[in-house]
Amino acid sequence: MNPLMPLYVVLPLAGAFLIMILGSFIRNLNKYFASLVLLFLVIISFYSLFSTGEKVILYKVGGWEPVKSIPIGIYMVLDGFTAIVLCVINLIGFLSVFYSISYIGRYTSENYFYALFCLMIAGMNGVVLSGDLFNIFVFLEISAISSYALVAFGVEKNELEATFKYQVLGGIASFLILMGIAFIYWKAKTLNIADIRIVFSSGYDRNYYLLIQILLLSGFGLKAAIIPFHAWLPDAHSTAPSPISAMLSGVLIKAVGIYVIIRLFFNMFAISEGMALLITTLGTLSMVVGVFLAIGQWDIKRLLAYHSISQMGYVVLSVGIGMMLISKGIRNEVAALAIAGGIFHLINHAAFKGLLFLNAGAIEYSIGTRDLREMGGLAKQMPVTSATSFVASMAISGIPPFNGFFSKLIIIIAAIMAKFYLLALLAVIVSIITLASFLKFQRYAFFNKAENEIKSIIKEVPFPMLFSMIVLSIICLFLSMLVLPGIREIILTPATDILMDPSKYSSQITGIL
Amino acid sequence: MIVYSLCFILFLVGLYGVITRRNLVKIAISLSIMEFSIFLLLALVGYIEGGVAPIVDPADPVKLYVDPLPQAMVLTAIVIGLATTAMLMAVIIRIYRKYGTFDIREIKNLRG
Repeated sequence: MNPLMPLYVVLPLAGAFLIMILGSFIRNLNKYFASLVLLFLVIISFYSLFSTGEKVILYKVGGWEPVKSIPIGIYMVLDGFTAIVLCVINLIGFLSVFYSISYIGRYTSENYFYALFCLMIAGMNGVVLSGDLFNIFVFLEISAISSYALVAFGVEKNELEATFKYQVLGGIASFLILMGIAFIYWKAKTLNIADIRIVFSSGYDRNYYLLIQILLLSGFGLKAAIIPFHAWLPDAHSTAPSPISAMLSGVLIKAVGIYVIIRLFFNMFAISEGMALLITTLGTLSMVVGVFLAIGQWDIKRLLAYHSISQMGYVVLSVGIGMMLISKGIRNEVAALAIAGGIFHLINHAAFKGLLFLNAGAIEYSIGTRDLREMGGLAKQMPVTSATSFVASMAISGIPPFNGFFSKLIIIIAAIMAKFYLLALLAVIVSIITLASFLKFQRYAFFNKAENEIKSIIKEVPFPMLFSMIVLSIICLFLSMLVLPGIREIILTPATDILMDPSKYSSQITGIL
Repeated sequence: MIVYSLCFILFLVGLYGVITRRNLVKIAISLSIMEFSIFLLLALVGYIEGGVAPIVDPADPVKLYVDPLPQAMVLTAIVIGLATTAMLMAVIIRIYRKYGTFDIREIKNLRG
């Protein structure tokens, strides 16, 4: 029992409540209060990351003990993988909210913004920590509803259209997930992820099992915007206010999409070869199609949004390779390498994509447009934005000293060692096209000579925005150290182990050893 | 078995509405139909032939109760569904103010 665990959900919920109540009486309370809540969450999430290690920590909400080793009641579960994702959520959340202090002055009703932001954080932390399927659904809806509202925060034509599309597709995703949960409950009579695994391990109807897997994969795939389900992502992520785009692209699609897919397909379902093949195919498709859709874009945020699809493809692809090897029961060390590469890329993507969206927001804040063709020569007027976006662009395209290089390298090495030469080649090609696309971004936004002369009045953005961007670019550099032996064992290895050995997860929770 | 099939047909009716209707409000209604077909399915999952409501009365011991957990889940899901529907309707009203129409063919600023 770890008394800190409920705080991840309770604190941001209480924060949202207090901001709405007190914010209308005390001016400027909202921004500092939200930042403080998030800062505290960052501290406890890093504490959890370093104190968890190989353990699986349980928190029984309401103190309901298991009856005859069958869990009843709601469990919160904290293991190595959860701790990493919690750190990512709260760190990017803190930096985005700090960035919003000056950015969100362009909009009215700031109280709603900070309250919804805290709700979104509460929902995502809940999804990540939750140990049973129905609570995943409930928290997922909390984060989804607040993100629908945040996408529409500008209430102009484009925002409303994007949020309508997002809501319809998000709604269908939720229904598919709920249907999958209903089917699981029908056969297993339990909702606890660990218990479901134990119930199904004693035999199941193969077609029924496949139906559940497909329903949950398409539901969470819609939330994660894997390629056949991606239609909502470019609109929603490009029209939202920039700190929210950073949250949506950097964190939300991972926390409620990729994380849950990985958790369910490794720790709940028995890994089958067909499902592994399907997941690898979806990942490859996302990776390739996403980057080709991105390269023709002229709107910066739209370009970044399509790159999110492509980079998530890398994560899904490498996790799929890991699943494939585990299902064949061969070469477990390569499978572990592939999964570690996927998790590492997930962390890295949160850092550099969050940074890129914050850069895009800074450019929009200063010159009032998102069209690459109307920019140019910003490197002189906005040196910090230019430098940080250069770091992020090099990181996402995989240039050596930055974090993106190492995670892509691990993924490619794992693909070659697993003898998927075509996938390795595709990963390299996609990386090169990504580089081309970001060179275009750099050239048009920062280095091209400006033609019209009103550019001289452009100023660098205020301090809170600069602070968030600089911190994120330093994080982009330092995350490369995760590959070093010694640091890797503390952070990446526990997460990989819990996925590699699914029986450990379920036995620790139900107490059967 | 026929009840479950009807439930699934209701889901498909909703899906058909979402795909083919052009009026935003009708799309919202179709989404609600889909949603309620799943609530029905959840309620059916907990149903046991001949079971009674799970209220334990010591004076009158009954052998067979229906499963109360899916009912609790349906209640939670209905509340969530209310929130999403309210949010969707709010967005639709805003869209009507901006575009002056409910026709989805005329709302196409974003593409590519």
